[in-house]
Amino acid sequence: MMLDRRRLLRGGMSLGSLTLLTGCDLSDTDAVQSMLAKVSAWNDRVQAALFSETRLAPEFPESMAVKDFRYNAWYRAEDAPNLKAADYRLMLSGLIADRKPWTVEELYALPQVSQVTRHVCVEGWSMIGKWSGTPLKTFLEHIGADTTAKYVGFECADGYYEGMDMPTALHPQTIMAFRLSDEILPRKYGYPFKIRVPTKLGFKGPKFVTTIYVTNQRPHGFWTDRGYNWFSGL
Amino acid sequence: MTNPEQTQHVQTHAIAVRITHWLMALAMLIMIGSGWRIYNASPIFGFSFPGWIVLGGDVDTALARHNDPGVASGIAWHLATMWLLFASYVLYLFWGIVSGHFWRDFLPVRPMAFLRDFFAAATFRLEHRLGEYNAVQRVFYWGVLALVALMVVSGIAIWKPVQTYPLEVVFGGFQGARIVHFLGMSAIVAFLVVHVTLVVLVPRTFVAMVLGRAVQPEPQVETEEYL
Repeated sequence: MMLDRRRLLRGGMSLGSLTLLTGCDLSDTDAVQSMLAKVSAWNDRVQAALFSETRLAPEFPESMAVKDFRYNAWYRAEDAPNLKAADYRLMLSGLIADRKPWTVEELYALPQVSQVTRHVCVEGWSMIGKWSGTPLKTFLEHIGADTTAKYVGFECADGYYEGMDMPTALHPQTIMAFRLSDEILPRKYGYPFKIRVPTKLGFKGPKFVTTIYVTNQRPHGFWTDRGYNWFSGL
Repeated sequence: MTNPEQTQHVQTHAIAVRITHWLMALAMLIMIGSGWRIYNASPIFGFSFPGWIVLGGDVDTALARHNDPGVASGIAWHLATMWLLFASYVLYLFWGIVSGHFWRDFLPVRPMAFLRDFFAAATFRLEHRLGEYNAVQRVFYWGVLALVALMVVSGIAIWKPVQTYPLEVVFGGFQGARIVHFLGMSAIVAFLVVHVTLVVLVPRTFVAMVLGRAVQPEPQVETEEYL
């Protein structure tokens, strides 16, 4: 009796104006996905226009930085890539003058800055951490990248891939983070380095980066290929 | 106003009001359903919304299609429909101001009249007169319009916490803005429940909002329905 009433209630709800809101909704039809993708592309343009190369993400006192930073990936921490400095080489490709591979030692010898900024996850949680490393802009200039190109892309040891617009890549707070909380970036957080972008959602900062490339073709992203907004600026 | 129809208790709605009303209604349902899906990705409080009532796609279908359980579609719905809500809201405000709709129908709002009508309504003694908003309706309509503005501003603070940084401070930070956004949604849902319940009780208001005109059927007997 109760079950029937509940089923009736659910049936009534889905027949009414709440059709859109039910589990078997229209979200996964081709037409809706295509419409949503078009508006998402429009939102990319709006966000690129809103983005300022000089406006900085808020920085916080070091005392607010979380020591035990939240681990977040689609796989368990113990399954994270275990890269060894002896074998690791950062590969460069695309519109870059000097495409010589880089060792961990060479990377870690680059000039570094520190930031206490907030990581904002697309899911809604946020966490303040302290990251240290080389501004991506410094590295791109060092390797003779064509910074008039449109995009910088990344490939990673865990199968992840991401990319961003050149203005964000050249933003002073976009860094190749070698350290988290003053410690060499631990394995599960992306050793030997992750891209830290405080002006974008967390998933735009790839870990375990093995290739950096410069291109005029918009790079794909692991999550953006799954329907998330490409620009994902904050 | 020396409109002869007013004595016959006729409810009319301009085409601009009807179009923006239904666009806002559609946009709000989508914003609420997709907002609940986004909330479920990282619940603020100790509960989640049941899967069948949120908007973002059936989990299995979404997983098969995008390898994502529907959060991506929830966000895509939310960040697409925000433009529809914002545009219809601004159009409605614009029309309400230039046409005189706000001053004519939503004002004045007097505290004593609100209390009188509120207690009359709470005891089911408030008669609905077509063509005239009682004090409770006036307060509720101003309230929900203010709530939508709050949702837009707190939504911007959540969507663009870097580009609009000082804005979030008003809400007590980024997480504070999420809580305000959630509470604003809750208040709007409460409004919708009351609003739809009252429409069910006085179905001619629905006819007026669809067709633009509805007439009170019974011959008018002047009684002291306001006590």
